This record gives sequence, C-alpha cells and structure tokens, in this order.
Amino acid sequence: MDSSLIFYLLSALSVVSALFVVFSRSPIYSVLSLIVCFFSIAGHYVMLNAQFLAIIHIIVYAGAIMVLMLFTVMLLNLNKTTEPHKTNMTKIAAVISGGLLMLTLLASIRAEKLAAYQSPAPSELGYVQHVGLKLFQDFLLPFEISSILFVSAMIAAVVLAKKEKH
Amino acid sequence: MTNLLQTPEATQNWYLLLSTVLFSIGVIGVLFRRNALIILMCVELMLNAVNLLLVSISAYSGNVDGQVFVFFIMVVAAAEVAVGLALMVSIYRSIGSIDINVLNKLKW
Repeated sequence: MDSSLIFYLLSALSVVSALFVVFSRSPIYSVLSLIVCFFSIAGHYVMLNAQFLAIIHIIVYAGAIMVLMLFTVMLLNLNKTTEPHKTNMTKIAAVISGGLLMLTLLASIRAEKLAAYQSPAPSELGYVQHVGLKLFQDFLLPFEISSILFVSAMIAAVVLAKKEKH
Repeated sequence: MTNLLQTPEATQNWYLLLSTVLFSIGVIGVLFRRNALIILMCVELMLNAVNLLLVSISAYSGNVDGQVFVFFIMVVAAAEVAVGLALMVSIYRSIGSIDINVLNKLKW
C-alpha cells in the first residue's frame, strides 16, 4: 500500500517535470525541472532495490551533467527573449506525432493486464558488491573500453570548445 | 517473497507505462523545440526512460545484468553530453545561435 503510494507520487512528479522540460518558456526552467525529473527517477531506482544505481544516477546526472547544462545555458546567454519558437502548425504536428508514437507503444502493451502496483521483492541484488562483481567478471572488457570512450570524449570536448585562433 | 515474484509481468506493467510516457514526452520535446540544448535534454530524458525500464526488468526478474547495462548507458550518456555541449559552445561561437532552423546548411 505504502510503496504503491510512493510509486504513484514519484511517477506523477517525473511525468509533470518531464512535461515542464518540454513546454517551459525559458531554458533555465527546463534544466531545473530536468533535475527534478532525474531525482524522481533516482527515487524509482531506490524503490526497485537498485541503490548503487540510484546514487550513481544522482552523482552523474544531477551532479555532473546538469551542472554542465546549466553552465552552457549561462555561457550561451539563453533567455526568454532570445528563445525562438516553432510555428503553431509545427508544434501541433509534433505533439500529434509524439502522441501517436505513445499510442502505438501503449497499444503494444495493452494486451497485458494492469494489476495493482506491487514493489519488487526486497533483494540485495542492487548492492554495490553484486553489481561490482557482475561488472568486473562478465563485463570487464566493455568496462575497459568505456574508459577509452571517456578519454576520447574528454579530448574531443577540450578540442571542440577551445577558442580557435584566427 | 516468492508470491510477489509469481506474477512479475502484471505488476511490472506500471513501469512499462511510465517509461513509455517518459520516452514519448522526450520524442515530443525533440520535435517541439528549436533550441538545440533543449533537444539534447530531451534525448537525455529518452535515455532515462529506457534506463528505468531496464532497471525495472532487472528488479522484477531478479537478474543484475540490466543494472550493468544501465551503468554503461550512463557512461555513454555522460560522454555524449560532454561532446554535445562542447559542439554547441563551438557552434554558438561561430554562428551566434543554436537555433536549429539557423543551422540548415545540410538541409536539401
């Protein structure tokens, strides 16, 4: 009962904040509501016994990525007056096509019946030792390759954002 | 503990529903906005919807593989955001705007 209430509240929070990301006027409000959305998704991870992932999610997304986004909004000097908007026709078409996609995806799961919400059985699978063992035993090679990806992304970011000499 | 795991599909449908809605909101955002930064944020939203689905499948089936996949998706998303934002700063410096209607040189 309690877990279902928490689930519904968190779901409502994530959907509403995701809608704010899309429909808010100013980019800074979009970034802030995306942070709220990420925190609610971290709450979902805790509900799903994925404690390690919840912490990683908060550190990576709310801590690193969103700070980067906020700094970019500040650097690019984006505000309400400079924010361009599409024509109403394009907006309506965008909403209709996105809604049709949602309808298609929902129709594909419609055959399954929607039982009352039940949180998954409590388990220790999401603890850091289990995820870490899996990561360093079965997924060691992808883990090492991802470090190469990170180095290349870091170098690329520095090279791209460096001021060009004229 | 075991009777909760007997019908994993029916109870997991809520997470299926939620991640479908979040993914569709991300798609609408990509089509709706002209600001490239917001489009990048909506792509992040879609990635997170998929992450949520993977974690829920992992939790209800009692298998930790899904969480490792989510870990790798986060790695790729962080790299993508770093490069994407650097590109955006660079574009803004040379063109003075990140409006995608201005960046139409590759449009035919």
